[in-house]
Amino acid sequence: MNDLTPTPGGGCRSAPVLKQRGQREVFCGLTGIIWLHRKMQDAFFLVVGSRTCAHLLQSAAGVMIFAEPRFGTAILEEQDLAGMKDAHTELDREVARLLDRRPDIRQLFLVGSCPSEVIKIDLARAAERLTQVHAPHVRVLNYSGSGIETTFTEGEDACLASMVPVLKDTPARELLLVGALPDVVEDQMLSLLGQMGIDNIRLLPARRIDETTAVGANTVFALTQPFLGETHAALMRRGARHIPAPMPFGEEGTTAWLRAVTAEFGVDDATFDAVTAAPRARARKAIAQAAEHLNGKSIFFFPDSQLEIPLARFLTRECGMTAVEVGSPYIHDAIHGPDLDLLPAGPQISEGQDVDLQLDRVRAARPDLTVCGLGLANPLEAEGLTTKWAIELVFTPVHFYEQAGDLASLFSRPIRRKSVLRVEAAE
Amino acid sequence: MKLTVWTYEGPPHVGAMRVATAMKGLHYVLHAPQGDTYADLLFTMIERRNHRPPVSYTTFQARDLGSDTATLFKTACQDAVDRFDPQAIIVGASCTAELIQDDPAGLAETMDLKIPVIALELPSYSRKENFGADETFYQIVRGLAAPQDRTARIICNLLGPTALGFRNRDDVEELTGLLSDLGVDVNVVAPLGATPADIARLPAAHFNVLMYPETGEAAARWLEKTYGQPFTKTVPIGVAATRDFIAEVQAITGLTATADESRLRLPWWSASVDSTYLTGKRVFLFGDGTHVCAMARMARDEMGFEVAGLGCYNREQARAVRAVARDMGVEALITDDYLEVEQAIEALAPEMIMGTQMERHIGKRLGIPCAVISAPVHVQDYPARYSPVMGFEGANVIFDTLVHPLVMGLEEHLLTMFRDDFEFHDAAGPSHHGGHAPVAMSDASGGSISGKMMPDEAPSVAEGSNVIWLSDAERELKKIPFFVRGKARRNTEAFAAQKGLQQISLDTLYEAKAHYAR
Repeated sequence: MNDLTPTPGGGCRSAPVLKQRGQREVFCGLTGIIWLHRKMQDAFFLVVGSRTCAHLLQSAAGVMIFAEPRFGTAILEEQDLAGMKDAHTELDREVARLLDRRPDIRQLFLVGSCPSEVIKIDLARAAERLTQVHAPHVRVLNYSGSGIETTFTEGEDACLASMVPVLKDTPARELLLVGALPDVVEDQMLSLLGQMGIDNIRLLPARRIDETTAVGANTVFALTQPFLGETHAALMRRGARHIPAPMPFGEEGTTAWLRAVTAEFGVDDATFDAVTAAPRARARKAIAQAAEHLNGKSIFFFPDSQLEIPLARFLTRECGMTAVEVGSPYIHDAIHGPDLDLLPAGPQISEGQDVDLQLDRVRAARPDLTVCGLGLANPLEAEGLTTKWAIELVFTPVHFYEQAGDLASLFSRPIRRKSVLRVEAAE
Repeated sequence: MKLTVWTYEGPPHVGAMRVATAMKGLHYVLHAPQGDTYADLLFTMIERRNHRPPVSYTTFQARDLGSDTATLFKTACQDAVDRFDPQAIIVGASCTAELIQDDPAGLAETMDLKIPVIALELPSYSRKENFGADETFYQIVRGLAAPQDRTARIICNLLGPTALGFRNRDDVEELTGLLSDLGVDVNVVAPLGATPADIARLPAAHFNVLMYPETGEAAARWLEKTYGQPFTKTVPIGVAATRDFIAEVQAITGLTATADESRLRLPWWSASVDSTYLTGKRVFLFGDGTHVCAMARMARDEMGFEVAGLGCYNREQARAVRAVARDMGVEALITDDYLEVEQAIEALAPEMIMGTQMERHIGKRLGIPCAVISAPVHVQDYPARYSPVMGFEGANVIFDTLVHPLVMGLEEHLLTMFRDDFEFHDAAGPSHHGGHAPVAMSDASGGSISGKMMPDEAPSVAEGSNVIWLSDAERELKKIPFFVRGKARRNTEAFAAQKGLQQISLDTLYEAKAHYAR
């Protein structure tokens, strides 16, 4: 087993948190649709919003590459706002047309946006009504991905939380694993747990609606993503119990996460070691190669996806980096606590953002690597800082043992690139 | 309410950002929730800008709505002025802020900021990005242009280039050189690179060159009305249009100097024999009205293509696009619905698309080559090299752009001759494009048993009709090079339908070929 005692000087769980309020350079929760619609293969995400929402969805990740995207925006027009048309009638018509054209759709999410929230279109009522119309073939749910309520990955949280109340009841003792992961990673996770005798596993989100995700008083659940606060609360309300664990990033994080989950099911040390020894060794070796370029370097996180705290834990403990500031849009003690415990004391932990003040801090600190959004990366590079775009950390398979080396490489590549380029900028 | 998958234009405040980001010494205070900051990455990533757009977002949240979003706006305004020290600011609202009706203009006016404050009213629920840019630039010009005497020497302004435009940076350089040949110096280029102080100097010029009507026309019209500055109506894209533009400038200025055409290569490149294969290639054009109109004329008159269809996504240019379409004998498609464009392209089955980033994806899906000629474009269409589309060098660039997606002339002959050759086969694609996977050829070494024992496929039924392709005809069709196969299939089916045939045999295929020969 790893030594998971906090490093000398204590962890960061009780460190003072810098909270600032100002301009936030972050995506809104609608962005989650980009990966959720690929994960849930029979789901369609219909944003009820403005042209801005549609423009965000196609620009945010440069994703204009899907032949048949299963998302779209019902764009509100002047007549909708002036009350000249009934928004619900309009919505019913658009949904009917959509479902008619796409018989492969089995679940439809009506996704609230800033404008739909401000003019108070009741999407919950619409979802209820539309479910009655289109049941049993299509289930209609709603959640808000609006920028006035959600930050980036909170969109996935809101989506998954909206599914919890409609999950079937089960009295069975089952393990529910929560968080959208790439299929390849999900399969690795299930295989590891399966080899240790844990087979009664349900996933949220399931790949298709027909799969039998259920929840009840005997369900225990673990999160595979650190941004699922609302889903966590919704599952607790259904009587399920949370297994707190560090997030499965890196060799150490994956081991700690697996151990917490398997301990719940009485897996003994011998079995655990037998199953994990080989992938752990592979992960350590892969990390070591990338860590060569990271060792002794400093890192600064702008708030983006709530992955910052577990990633800082991974980079400091397994790659030899020093964290200067770890910014997160939100910090939930129940979820981020285990990672904060392990994060060596020292960095400024910050929650929320005033981007101009934070830019002042990063310029003063001049870290070796800055993790930030796409809007800031090139401007900071132009100022001589080395950056890693945060969004790639959300879109790339980075969880569990076999991806631990890839995860480290995402951070080492910008540093290596800077060292191989031998050309000065003009001017 | 209208269901949209992809959009050609963003909301109008993104148009305002294109103007603000193009300029220097100007700051935009945008009343908007978090999330609207996504627009920054259009400039920093897609256009590779090395500065943040000069935009402060007020970032209001749900919990602020009941209380005081107005104070939030004023704080953001004051912070922006203190931190960035702009010469002027523009203030406005994004779609959500428009709904909460805080009146950014009124709020900013009460603040005594000591610099000009230009208020924008951009209706988010009825207008789009190009309108936003045009209106913003117009309001800035109206607010800042100062009465003054004309210079003695004849000078002009270049109006319309913005951030995130299609080749705007290089068009400015090309036109500056061209105008210099004609004896005209450039006074101010705006918005691209202009400061508020430069905007004040606009009236010193004798006339305006309206480069992009989409983003500069309202300002050009206002300057004409207010300061008596005429503006050019020809957009100099293509050889003929550039010559027309030169004549227009000469008529305005009375100057007689001519332009240097020694670097113009398009006419000979088009006349040389390798280009013979371009003759009558059917192209479909879609994009903003200005680029489509100019490029359609080029496609027909300077490349020798056949314009099979054209259209634009910005309704503001519909009239001009319809006129060009009439001239070309085709129907104009005016729509911002991506799916409609895809349907039109599928139905017309052109041999090449001249379009935007969206059409590049349509082309990828339908297997039709695409050259990008208009915004919106992606990161690969912001080239490092000098690459204008205006003026004589622009014509050279467009020739290359339009030829590149196609199979080379000499190669096309080889493809026709060798059809089933292991190197010159369908999946190989144009030989100057790398990255095509080698196709395993079961017959390569004299034919494997499995290859020979393949049963004949069942005859296939043509889409949308009852005509059946017999297997020998189907096999022959597959031997026709991929870039003309779609057309051959459609022509043959149309021919069969016209003759009332139920089946297409090898003979039908060749009769149809003879029928459509040109």
